[in-house]
Amino acid sequence: MNSPTTGKFRDVHRLPPAWNGLMHLIAGGFALVCVFPFLFVVLISFTEENSLLLNGYRIVPEKWSVYAYSYIFRTGDQLLRSYGVTVFVTVVGTIVTLVLTTLYSYALSRKNFRYRGFFAFLAFFTMLFGGGLVPTYIVVAQFLELKDTVWALIFPMAMNAFNILVLRTFFQTMIPDGIIESGKIDGAGEFKILLRLVVPISLPGISTIALFSTLGYWNDWFNALLYIDSNQLVPLQALMMRIYNNMQFMIQNSALLNSGQSREMLRSLPQETARMAMVVLATGPIVLAYPFFQRYFVQGLTIGAIKE
Amino acid sequence: MKALQGFVRNMAKNRAFLLMVLPGALWFLIFAYLPMPGAILAFKQYRLDLGGFFSGIVKSEWTGLKNFEFLFQADDAYIITRNTVLYNLVFIALGLVLSVTLAIILFQLAQKRLARLYQTAMFMPYFLSWIIVSYFVFSFLSVDKGVLNQLLAAFGVEAINWYSEPAYWPFILVFMNLWKGIGYSSVIYLAAISGIDRSYYEAAMIDGANKWQQTIKITIPLIKPMMIILTILAIGGIFRADFGLFYQIPRESGPLFPVTNVIDTYVYRSMKVVGDFGLAAAAGFYQSVVGFILVLAANWTVKKVNDDQALF
Repeated sequence: MNSPTTGKFRDVHRLPPAWNGLMHLIAGGFALVCVFPFLFVVLISFTEENSLLLNGYRIVPEKWSVYAYSYIFRTGDQLLRSYGVTVFVTVVGTIVTLVLTTLYSYALSRKNFRYRGFFAFLAFFTMLFGGGLVPTYIVVAQFLELKDTVWALIFPMAMNAFNILVLRTFFQTMIPDGIIESGKIDGAGEFKILLRLVVPISLPGISTIALFSTLGYWNDWFNALLYIDSNQLVPLQALMMRIYNNMQFMIQNSALLNSGQSREMLRSLPQETARMAMVVLATGPIVLAYPFFQRYFVQGLTIGAIKE
Repeated sequence: MKALQGFVRNMAKNRAFLLMVLPGALWFLIFAYLPMPGAILAFKQYRLDLGGFFSGIVKSEWTGLKNFEFLFQADDAYIITRNTVLYNLVFIALGLVLSVTLAIILFQLAQKRLARLYQTAMFMPYFLSWIIVSYFVFSFLSVDKGVLNQLLAAFGVEAINWYSEPAYWPFILVFMNLWKGIGYSSVIYLAAISGIDRSYYEAAMIDGANKWQQTIKITIPLIKPMMIILTILAIGGIFRADFGLFYQIPRESGPLFPVTNVIDTYVYRSMKVVGDFGLAAAAGFYQSVVGFILVLAANWTVKKVNDDQALF
């Protein structure tokens, strides 16, 4: 679209440069504020412990050191155990969630399921009203006797109405009736249709749910706070809670050290920097992975918000 | 008899679907519906040692409204309700204004690749758990090593014991909530804005409208329905607080409770720390009932605004 006065191509969609610059400042500034704390913690973890005790948390460390990390690698079997717990819970939990949610949502999306209204209500009513923390705790801890088991970290989070809403909407809008018809014509039963025909083309929707679920399980500390006392089953986030005040939890429970060695290690514990190093190690995977999956989260959240 | 036969036949016809919903339905029954009658614990003095879930609920002593009396007589109910509701109101209002503004800014940026970079960066807080974030906050607020106190020292001001001074915490908590949430909610609005038909803007430009006018007259009115609905639904949740924010960030500091205790943390502490199941159940029941009414009201309101956006 040429401007008649200058004869040059002028993109009329562009903001005047001064405003554009200001917008960049605001948006970029906020983006920096979002990212800075993590970077700061990374820098702290590479600081030499004594200089930190002397000078406090500094953006540019007075003295650099990887001692915190080498310390953790020597005594960090608790870290490995927690990683193991978290990975197990996340993988199994996500699989459980996917199976339960896909089956449920698919049935809800099919118009010829006579009772789908009832089961839709069953799921969505839970968005309105809940028993509350106390009865839920008693059900899980006492009735199901899941206290101090890994299942207490998996089952309470396995389903939620929001996931069902998102996936049902996805099935309703993305699966052409023709696919199902052709399956029926070929004489396939409902399960076969679901597994052979629908699931392969539903991978975008299913992977969105998988991402929500994975993030939820990985970051969960609440269930561990409620139900886990044993050191063997402490997931990553709960471990971060336990060492918040006091890194000694890590050392005292290390199986790599005998009692004489633990006393020695305790004395040389770089409390502050090791804590931050733990944060980096616990969060690193997520920070590195999330940019690749960001798009799917936006899709899923948008479907849930717009519900169209 | 005929009806029963009909019913059984229908069940058989739908048996594949019924089998599909069975695991999920079982989950809902056990984890969502079974606890509901447990709300009756609010009216009893629950004891853990009475042998099991059902006998414990049935055999516990009936105390009527005593738990509620205790809850409402002390300042407790007022404080936690006030905190929960006020914080949420601020979160909702500021959250809406800031995320829409940020979405519009991102939309207007000429350099799209930079805008995408900002978006990715802004999304990071959403992926972090509150316990991790509390470490970040600690690096700023720590009494002897934190960045804020170092800055104060550089200006000759005395260090503040942040974790013991209630006055600052409303601001700290609001800031942290916005920090964690604005990134992703602005991206939601940005997705909506990107869906607006470009021809509206082109027509406006031909008519000589500048960017500001375009924003006011086109962008905002077209995303208004979404803004209204999301806000109303948020108000429906005004009685629930983000447990992670209010539990992890203040680090369990007692002096801060008057400004950091919300209904959810109160319920948790009453149950796990104090061990008073009856009181915790009463507070939880209070929250569930009021929350229920609010969600229904919110949903009814949304239906009035735009029928197919409602949840029910």
